Amino acid sequence: MPHPPCPNGDMPMRNLFARRTDRDRRTEDQEQIENAVQKTREGSFGRISSLFRQPVITDETWDELEELLVQADVGPSTAMRLVERARQDVERLELKTPVEAETAVRRQMVEVLGDRAVEPLETMARGTILLVVGVNGSGKTTSVAKLARYLDRRGRTVLLAAADTFRAAAIDQLRIWSERVQAPLVAHQPDADPGAVVFDAVKAAQARSLDFVIVDTAGRLHTKFNLMEELQKIRRVAVKAGSDAAIVSLLVLDATTGQNAILQAKAFLSSVEVDGIILAKLDGTAKGGVAFSVYDELKVPIWYIGTGEKVDDFAPFDHLEFVNALFE
Amino acid sequence: MFEALSDRLTDIFAGLRSKGTLSERDVDTAMREIRLSLLEADVNFKVVKEFIGRVKERSIGSEVMQSLTPAQQVVKIVHEELLRVLGEPARLTIADTPPTVILLAGLQGAGKTTAAAKLAHQLRKQNHHPLMVALDVYRPAAIDQLIALGKQIAIPVYSEGTKADPVKTAGNAVQHARRSANDVVILDTAGRLHIDERLMKELRDIEQRVHPHEVLLVADAMTGQDAVNAAREFHEAVNLTGLILTKMDGDARGGAALSIRSVTGVPIKYMGTGEKTDALEVFYPDRLAQRILGMGDVLSLIEKAQQNITEDDAKRLEKKMRTATFNLEDFLQQMQQVRKMGPLTQLLEMIPGMRGAVKQMGGMPNMDDREVKRIEAIITSMTRQERHDPTIIDGSRRRRIARGSGTSVQEVNQLLNQFREVQKMMKQLTSGKMRIPKRLMNL
Repeated sequence: MPHPPCPNGDMPMRNLFARRTDRDRRTEDQEQIENAVQKTREGSFGRISSLFRQPVITDETWDELEELLVQADVGPSTAMRLVERARQDVERLELKTPVEAETAVRRQMVEVLGDRAVEPLETMARGTILLVVGVNGSGKTTSVAKLARYLDRRGRTVLLAAADTFRAAAIDQLRIWSERVQAPLVAHQPDADPGAVVFDAVKAAQARSLDFVIVDTAGRLHTKFNLMEELQKIRRVAVKAGSDAAIVSLLVLDATTGQNAILQAKAFLSSVEVDGIILAKLDGTAKGGVAFSVYDELKVPIWYIGTGEKVDDFAPFDHLEFVNALFE
Repeated sequence: MFEALSDRLTDIFAGLRSKGTLSERDVDTAMREIRLSLLEADVNFKVVKEFIGRVKERSIGSEVMQSLTPAQQVVKIVHEELLRVLGEPARLTIADTPPTVILLAGLQGAGKTTAAAKLAHQLRKQNHHPLMVALDVYRPAAIDQLIALGKQIAIPVYSEGTKADPVKTAGNAVQHARRSANDVVILDTAGRLHIDERLMKELRDIEQRVHPHEVLLVADAMTGQDAVNAAREFHEAVNLTGLILTKMDGDARGGAALSIRSVTGVPIKYMGTGEKTDALEVFYPDRLAQRILGMGDVLSLIEKAQQNITEDDAKRLEKKMRTATFNLEDFLQQMQQVRKMGPLTQLLEMIPGMRGAVKQMGGMPNMDDREVKRIEAIITSMTRQERHDPTIIDGSRRRRIARGSGTSVQEVNQLLNQFREVQKMMKQLTSGKMRIPKRLMNL
């Protein structure tokens, strides 16, 4: 069976093999993160390493580190905390060389990102409902398609639900993606009740014994009270239609977003209990540093990263690799 | 998290009330807070540095005006400097010989397509005859989106499908506009990363093909530090003439606008303030400056309130607050009104100086639909006398009210406690312990 073409036409050969070994996947995921943070590394994060290649660590080194973190959107308070903790480590452990200090910084950065996440979705039970939420333009629809492909390539079956009935042509956009990733789609008319779409989608997935329903919701600013209420309603419908099914809310954050990401995460967290974050558009010069502050402030973990325009540009987020790659 | 700058500075300057001039040490402490505040607002790091330098220079040794505290004096300087950088709102250039060609460019998800429709809608209201042109051949259904929006607002859309070359399409569209007497052409380009050389070249080619009168960068108000890099690259590629700042209806402080202005020098022309096609506003430097400083957007709050509360209601409530005759009936009514505007905490946080107060009170009662219904049930199960004077509600009355409203005595107690808290707050407000802006009181 031929694979649908990737949006940019070029398709890696390995996609032709539906099942691959874990080892293949591992290196491929690593590659994705590598490529994504390439730009980031060349930007301010890359300069962190050169900072520690100086012969001695001075007050200025720490100040510069803080500046570089802030420039990566880590946010002033998280950056300050990070530097402070690393600095304490260095003093406490009486670390002398810059290399040791760099290690301390890395360790703090990994720590700020919390515990290492295990592959969150791949192993979930049949019938799981994934609600993909976020503000306008964060990259929800693309992330839905990427997630569908990702799960499909891991041997799980998915169905897409076009619950963004508000934005013009959002349904068409998801329909095109559903054809490209060869996943069934449940869609109603524009302006239809998104709750009804979700209900039908969940029922359709149950009838076909599919593993996942991925719900593409309309973009909404987290400050819009009524729209956030609507999202709660969508969740309630999902709970009802899915009976015992697990509901997982995934927040899509644009990696170019600054400190507002924290407010976004907070609002979506209280509305639909966000379980994990998809950090989208991590392929520009954006640093995605806000990932640090979001976890630091709210303890919502980053699960996946979107790393490019192609449907396969998607990988699980790995703290250690993320931080390490930033330093290399 | 984001404390208003004025609150912070007030704390710092608390010790030195009536000083004649600002010393270098005072100013240094203040600058630290301003720096932090601007960084939290996502103003680019380097832009902040330059900005602080200028403010510092102006502040040291400056005379503190009689009517101001040192904190207010510094805020005033910061505010003035911000206004200077943000610049004056600029109008759209309309070409002498039509059609006026407007090119919209930006990163993915900034809101270009929506901005195109909003701009077309507004220009039509000014008696222009715009033509929208769909040049995004990459994102699935992007062309359909513009066509659908065009249909909604009855504006023609020119498209040659996803197989066509955007550069040629742009050229053809301008020809088409001439023939069909459209005097404005709005080109909606694909979102692109500023580091994507192929797509940036395409944008340059489009620009060179059609020689637009306006090249507007569409930028998301929520953008972080990277806004500077993106703006610089776009400016280098296509010579921007202006900026449209989108998603200003959220709670982003919009520091990106300051960064982009500093880097490109192009004026901010519009702000996107909602999902509807008429939600495009001219840019108010003053409001944006206040917002970047985290000083609360009082004007927005007033607008929000005006949409939802009639003047009579507000006057009556104000009087009640002043005379402290605020009772449970008012409480219920107010709650129903406020619910229309959104969560109360969020509203209060829009008022300068209130953020701290909200925190002090341990947050306001959080009200969702069900809770308001429950409260409604409890209050309507009270007698008139009870509603006007809740102190008479004893144990036996509580049991009766709980039975009548289908709730529990605990829930009735909880409501009465909530009411007492609100009453307390009202008293504080009216006794002047908390400042509430005059304009808000005069609603």
